[in-house]
Amino acid sequence: MTEQRVSYTLDSTLETVDSAEQAASRIATEAGFDDEEVMRIAMAVREAAVNAVLHGNAYDPGKKVSLAFEQTGGNLVITIRDQGKGLDPDKIPDPLAPENLLKTSGRGIFLIRSFMDEVVISPSQTGTEIKLVKHVHGPAEGAKEASQ
Amino acid sequence: MSMKTSTRQVNGVTIVDCSGRITLGEGSVILKDVVRELLSKGQKKILLNLGDVNYIDSSGIGELVSAFTTVRNQGGELKLLNLTKKVHDLLQITKLYTVFDVKDDEAAAVKSFT
Repeated sequence: MTEQRVSYTLDSTLETVDSAEQAASRIATEAGFDDEEVMRIAMAVREAAVNAVLHGNAYDPGKKVSLAFEQTGGNLVITIRDQGKGLDPDKIPDPLAPENLLKTSGRGIFLIRSFMDEVVISPSQTGTEIKLVKHVHGPAEGAKEASQ
Repeated sequence: MSMKTSTRQVNGVTIVDCSGRITLGEGSVILKDVVRELLSKGQKKILLNLGDVNYIDSSGIGELVSAFTTVRNQGGELKLLNLTKKVHDLLQITKLYTVFDVKDDEAAAVKSFT
């Protein structure tokens, strides 16, 4: 994986959600992930962008969403930052709890955690930053595992 | 590709053929509107054919749950037909696969409505 960094500053609109997903899909493909992993990464970024646009910035045209992709040390690291009032991850109900199964929202962070190798949510008074990490599993590593 | 739907009647069951993406915004709104319109016409046996739905996000999942509970609360039934692998996997990891009545054969699905 070639080390590089790409960043975007995006408006708080639905178009941003689609743009973030498309950028994630393209960059994950270029980074060498297979189709299924690309879909998972792109969906995680989409969900994080939805959180940033809707729940963080609340569609406020004066607030921006920052999106950065960094390929470094065998990882794809994606950072999404909003300018909202800060998301407290401890207050997100478990969407798998029986009493929450039929709720119509609240699955975004769960899907992000399901699809990425590492997720770090850093809320502050000036917004929330979500860092998503996906490890690149090269063919040599896979071959080694398969031979054991 | 945004979402498209068309409806047809088979033995008293309304089959909604869906294609495209059920995502935040247009896709979710279209699904909500279709189900609302069917209910307003008294059509409460609804089979959502998701065979050509290639993508769904958390908002789309939420809309499926909303449709399911709305129909059920009005005394009807909403079932899912022909899930793609992606949608199947999403419903599995969100533990919704056992909440929905999921079918893979249209004729059998139609017969299963009470």
